[in-house]
Amino acid sequence: MASPATAMTPPVTPDPPPRRRRSRTTDRGLDRAFRYLAVGSGMLILATLASVAIFLVLEALPALTHDDLASEIAWIPEGGNLGDVVGPLIFGTILAAIVSLGLAVPVAVGIALFISHYAPRRMASALGYVVDLLAAIPSVVFGLWGVLVLAPKVQPVWQFLVDYFGWIPLFAGDEHGNASNPPRVLMTTALVLAVMILPIITAVSREVFLQTPRLHEEAALALGATRWELIRMAVLPFGRSGVTSAAMLGLGRALGETMAVLMILSPGFLYSFKLLVASQQQTIAANIAAKFNDADDIGRSALIATGLALFVITLLVNLGARAIVARRKDFSGAN
Amino acid sequence: MAQRIDVKDLNIYYGDFLAVAGVEMSVEPRSVTAFIGPSGCGKSTFLRTLNRMHEVIPGAHVEGTVAMDGVDLYGAGIDPVAVRRQVGMVFQRPNPFPTMSIAENVLAGIKLNNKRISKSDADETVERALTSANLWNEVKDRLNRPGSGLSGGQQQRLCIARAIAVKPQVLLMDEPCSALDPISTLAIEDLVSELKADYTIVIVTHNMQQAARVSDRTAFFNLKATGQPGRLVEIDDTPTIFSSPREQATEDYISGRFG
Ligand SMILES: Nc1ncnc2c1ncn2[C@@H]1O[C@H](COP(=O)(O)OP(=O)(O)O)[C@@H](O)[C@H]1O
Ligand SMILES: [Mg+2]
Repeated sequence: MASPATAMTPPVTPDPPPRRRRSRTTDRGLDRAFRYLAVGSGMLILATLASVAIFLVLEALPALTHDDLASEIAWIPEGGNLGDVVGPLIFGTILAAIVSLGLAVPVAVGIALFISHYAPRRMASALGYVVDLLAAIPSVVFGLWGVLVLAPKVQPVWQFLVDYFGWIPLFAGDEHGNASNPPRVLMTTALVLAVMILPIITAVSREVFLQTPRLHEEAALALGATRWELIRMAVLPFGRSGVTSAAMLGLGRALGETMAVLMILSPGFLYSFKLLVASQQQTIAANIAAKFNDADDIGRSALIATGLALFVITLLVNLGARAIVARRKDFSGAN
Repeated sequence: MAQRIDVKDLNIYYGDFLAVAGVEMSVEPRSVTAFIGPSGCGKSTFLRTLNRMHEVIPGAHVEGTVAMDGVDLYGAGIDPVAVRRQVGMVFQRPNPFPTMSIAENVLAGIKLNNKRISKSDADETVERALTSANLWNEVKDRLNRPGSGLSGGQQQRLCIARAIAVKPQVLLMDEPCSALDPISTLAIEDLVSELKADYTIVIVTHNMQQAARVSDRTAFFNLKATGQPGRLVEIDDTPTIFSSPREQATEDYISGRFG
């Protein structure tokens, strides 16, 4: 690429030196190459997204246009249609994700703050490693751990919640006023999901907190802020949009997590807020994984239709996250 | 509400590095004291020991005493947080909290000192502090807009308003005009002259005309070579420093004959 340009240079001009000229031409070439690469990757991402969306729609079409699915698919109730199942599935998926987010975010933010602003440096990096290691555990292992280790331990806790806080609909017991045993319930599932999404939320939050401008931390300290007040005044406001993004990343993972839910949750297809009773809810991803192998063509199409719903939810979550981040842009410190 | 400061035998360290050595000086209440000297001689470092901000840097510590109306700020049982509530600070770069509105910025320190404050007290404080900082007329219609939307000079005056809203004993300013244009610089200088009626002010400046314009007393800091600790060369009334300093080094620096 450099040689034609060099050849065009009149040989008599002594300055600028030819070497300089050649490197500038190469720079321009690199610049162009990089632009193509960037535009190309962007298009590739869009094309992938579009092809996934088209695939989902095409494959779901037979089920979406079928007028009597109930007679063909065992898991659709007599006289019902796809919506009677997709509705509760969407509900269950979102409920599980939100509860796990509710459990994970406070802990993750706490750990991230501890690492960024309280712990001595050596301890902070050790703790950071441990949290990152959590992210390396495969979800099937988390599922096993949830069923075999966690479930027996938390059952008494769930029972306690039912006994003392059963008046809160979320903690209502079954018809005998008990938490299910074994606790293959949404709360146990959400707890395991929370552990799974903890690393990503912690890691992103920690990075954001560490980037709090020294300028603003010192402004707070100079006003006589204690460590906690410094965090309230400078660190948390600065990190808010970052934590929101981190939470949305976690939410995305929780929405799509399959294996752990499949192994822990006893499925049900109700619009039920009971977190401590089995066979109430199911998530879309786990439902697809549970039924896909045994499904015939129309059954698969129906399952893919539920997958389409999951795709849309995830898309909306991401749009929502952007809206939240953009809403207080004026106050974000980005300017 | 203004107090005198007596510094004795102060050595200031970053870890093992002695950055400033053997400072002895007194700062009179209701006066402006300017610190001048070549960059790296420890003006900021010394200034930050006066409100115990120095020690927020890991490994940073001091030896010696800084007494405010006779009480050693570094004495046992003195809480640095309490010291900083008495001694306000304005930084080189304006640093209003970007997530807070103009009014919230002014009230930030008050919210720390006593959590609850009535709406009318808050409004009154905001107006008083912004008026003292000569900013009220420019921002009174947009108190709920973010402080980061102001110009650099306005932001710096907002930071001054934030610092004086808590009625500190002493106000420290570290090159408050170095990031500002000449008009904003004049506005801040006028403000310093007004504020001296109520506060003890210590201002670091690299601008000797500024020191000559605003200060009553001037302290000249110098260092022999990089890696050597900075020292206080002399402190005297500002006219004396600029007309007939005792030390040759001061004379050289002021007349621009400095290396
Ligand atoms: N955070 C720090 N850590 C270590 N050394 C520092 C730090 N800040 C300043 N110093 C050193 O202390 C000396 C004085 O710096 P400073 O107080 O910033 O000088 P000035 O404000 O007069 O320009 C310099 O040698 C500088 O390198
Ligand atoms: Mg400085």
